[in-house]
Amino acid sequence: MERYIFYMVALIMIVSAIASVSSRKMLRSVIYLLFVLVSIAGIFFLIDYNFLAAVQLTVYAGGIIVLMIFSVLLVHHIEMRLEVAKVSKRILTAIACIIGIGVFVTTIYSYDFKVEGIATTTTTEDIGIGLLSFGEGGFILPFEVISVILLAAMIGAIVIAKGKRLEPNNDETL
Amino acid sequence: MIEGISIYEILTLTSILFFIGVYGFITRKNLISILISVELILNASVVNFVVINKYLYPDMLQGVFFSIFIIAVAAAETALAISIIINLYRQISSVEVKDIETMKY
Repeated sequence: MERYIFYMVALIMIVSAIASVSSRKMLRSVIYLLFVLVSIAGIFFLIDYNFLAAVQLTVYAGGIIVLMIFSVLLVHHIEMRLEVAKVSKRILTAIACIIGIGVFVTTIYSYDFKVEGIATTTTTEDIGIGLLSFGEGGFILPFEVISVILLAAMIGAIVIAKGKRLEPNNDETL
Repeated sequence: MIEGISIYEILTLTSILFFIGVYGFITRKNLISILISVELILNASVVNFVVINKYLYPDMLQGVFFSIFIIAVAAAETALAISIIINLYRQISSVEVKDIETMKY
């Protein structure tokens, strides 16, 4: 049963990814990206990492997609069609990518992975303890650094997007 | 781990996703489309981290932590990139790559 669900999710993911990089309309491309992200969350649910799937759904599907849709609506007419690269360049890139996939897949299949058979469930408590422990193998320093990075990115985004102060057009209204 | 699915099939899936992202990154001419392709590449790497953690070292959590950090960095990067794009559009009224010759303020 899980096998067929995985194949369905993989099919949806690849078809929407191809549609996302080849669609001529901007907004549709973003919506296809949303399908890809939701199916990745489905894979996280399948391999039993519920917390990571929830993070994927809230941060990516909830946050980044909405940000991208807003930016598309701010900078584009919806009807406008994108210009794409020349056909020869697209074919050349596609051939290079297929060769790359071939190299990756042959390397993966020639390596003998030592798969552990035991299935353990990870609770959110384990992840929280691991993120905040400062002993051996603890991740508290990167956790704090990430919070500083998020704060810096937030302030930087506000400052950059605000741009120059708007000059008042006519002084009589002020 | 998923019943009946080996690690090889999932790694094949993420390789295909990664190269679709590379294809979009090279062929698109628009800043927001390039950003979408970068998101595809980052997501492929996140799935790789998680799957290798689950199949090879199921009693550890390092892959999950790195995935959370990658997601946080990707969110910060997207917010900054979109603010730069909006500011650029305000100044030169275009988000095509060929029109952007200067990043001077």
